[in-house]
Amino acid sequence: MNDPMRTDHIRYRIGKNNGFRILTFVLAFACMIPLVAILFFIIKAGITRINFHFLVNIARPVGEKGGGIANALLGSVIIVALASLIAIPIGILGGVYLSENPKGRLAYWCRLSVDILQGIPSIVIGIIAYFWLVKPLGGFSAFSGSVALAIMMLPVIVRSTEETLKMLPPSLKEAAFALGMPFHRVIFKVILPVGISGILSGVMLSIARITGETAPLLFTAFGNPYLSADVTAPMQSLPLLIFNYATSPYNDWHDLAWGASLILLVWVLFLNVFTKLIAAKWKVQL
Amino acid sequence: METSLQAPVIPSPAVRDTVGIRKRIRRSFRQIRTESVFKQTLVIAGLILVILVLGILLTLITQSLPSIRLLGLKFIWGSTWNPVKNVYGAFPFLLGTLLTSFLALLICIPFSIAIAVFLGEYYPSGWFADVLKNAVELIAAVPSVIYGFWGLAVLVPMVRSLEARLGIDQPLGVGIFSASLILSVMIIPYAASLGRSMIQMVPEHLKEAAYGLGATRWEVIRHVVLPYTRSGLFAGILLSLGRALGETMAVTMVIGNSSILPKSIFAPGNTMASVIANEFTEADKTVYLSALIELGLALFLVTVIINIIGKKIIDRFTNE
Repeated sequence: MNDPMRTDHIRYRIGKNNGFRILTFVLAFACMIPLVAILFFIIKAGITRINFHFLVNIARPVGEKGGGIANALLGSVIIVALASLIAIPIGILGGVYLSENPKGRLAYWCRLSVDILQGIPSIVIGIIAYFWLVKPLGGFSAFSGSVALAIMMLPVIVRSTEETLKMLPPSLKEAAFALGMPFHRVIFKVILPVGISGILSGVMLSIARITGETAPLLFTAFGNPYLSADVTAPMQSLPLLIFNYATSPYNDWHDLAWGASLILLVWVLFLNVFTKLIAAKWKVQL
Repeated sequence: METSLQAPVIPSPAVRDTVGIRKRIRRSFRQIRTESVFKQTLVIAGLILVILVLGILLTLITQSLPSIRLLGLKFIWGSTWNPVKNVYGAFPFLLGTLLTSFLALLICIPFSIAIAVFLGEYYPSGWFADVLKNAVELIAAVPSVIYGFWGLAVLVPMVRSLEARLGIDQPLGVGIFSASLILSVMIIPYAASLGRSMIQMVPEHLKEAAYGLGATRWEVIRHVVLPYTRSGLFAGILLSLGRALGETMAVTMVIGNSSILPKSIFAPGNTMASVIANEFTEADKTVYLSALIELGLALFLVTVIINIIGKKIIDRFTNE
């Protein structure tokens, strides 16, 4: 024990251990720096722009002070709502199909498709929506943007539905069947209500994800400087406005983009935190 | 099926009138019909997903055919992209994509492994871990266009002054290096959360055996945890690479959008995704548009292959 070489070596090992522990801590917490920096900067730059005027007006021409982002707010709400309307039924039904038929050839290909859909770059979805809807219909439209976003929502909803339903005890379903309930009523009256928390979390996460998506809207919803609620015409949305105004050379437009960024950021973070609260309350595994 | 058919037919003493029985039989038949319709609806929902992916692949291929036919392999190796002269060589974009993605990976790996080790090994629970876990999830939640805007306003001037200090003759700030920095922040959450779940799967007895032999914590991590999770960590990094390759908006905003072959990592460039985002609506010629779609097809195929390989590795790892 008193061998000096040996105690030196042990001391060296302990020192190395402590050194790497500190390094791990430092590196892990260094990742919070960009997040804090972004939050701080967006809040600082955006908070002074936001007032009632900002929310109910559209952008003024360059050079005039003031103006707002009402057209982008309305557009975002319409586009995302329409996308949810398309994606939620198909996504939940697809998830139910996968959890009811876990094996089988179609289920295998279906699962593979969901994996692929989840990995497709958003810009490629934009190209697809352009060829499927914009070109045949003869012009950019909010509807085509919604379809593109719906395609991005699908894999998240399918996955969360499947995972939630898989975790339900089989006795639940068997009890319902034993009472003579037909299959569709077992699903709608027993399985889905029990799994609603997990499905809801998936839906909200997917909404949070698509609200900030810009790339699929570039060639579909396209953007519109005026207030419009016509889904067959081009429509502005928050991320599109941020992209267009942030890359413009005008300071007034930058200010609008900062305000819009803050609103978008708060909305997306709110959805994420809310989802997490739901998940924690109902003990959902996401 | 049979039980629900028979149930109403059993004549209970209370129900004597045949009208009531008929009504019940009709109702049962209606339910059975709805049941089979519902089952078909489920199959249709499953089919829609498969058809969607096949349709995407088919659309990309048919729309990029003109460019594939006309340009062939020149498309990949040509280093000039000049739509005005009808020359389409995508090599600058391939290089730009590979450079930004791998540089971003290089920056992101130490941080994401540190987070994974921290959350998987040092502090799996407690408020300390919760703060970090939530922060990492929020990093993933911030929209990419906001990263781009922040990068443009804050990061680019910083990179510009760094370039000026390094003595680069045209310090622009925008360029491949800025894009890689932004990208690395964006992909850290994916690599970290996958790595964490892998590290938590290391069997307790393996670690305890090493501790029993007198190993320090670092030695356990270095010689037990990391070798055991090697394939899983690799898959996590692969999936993050898939993310980085297809990321569009943040990169488009800070990379400088130049179609010239980048000479250094500080030079402005373009990635495959950013060139599509910039030029798609301006493409006035069939070949031009088709060349952009061919880039999209390449992006699609690469990310699909990377995702499938990554998922396969993770599946095998978790089933072991």
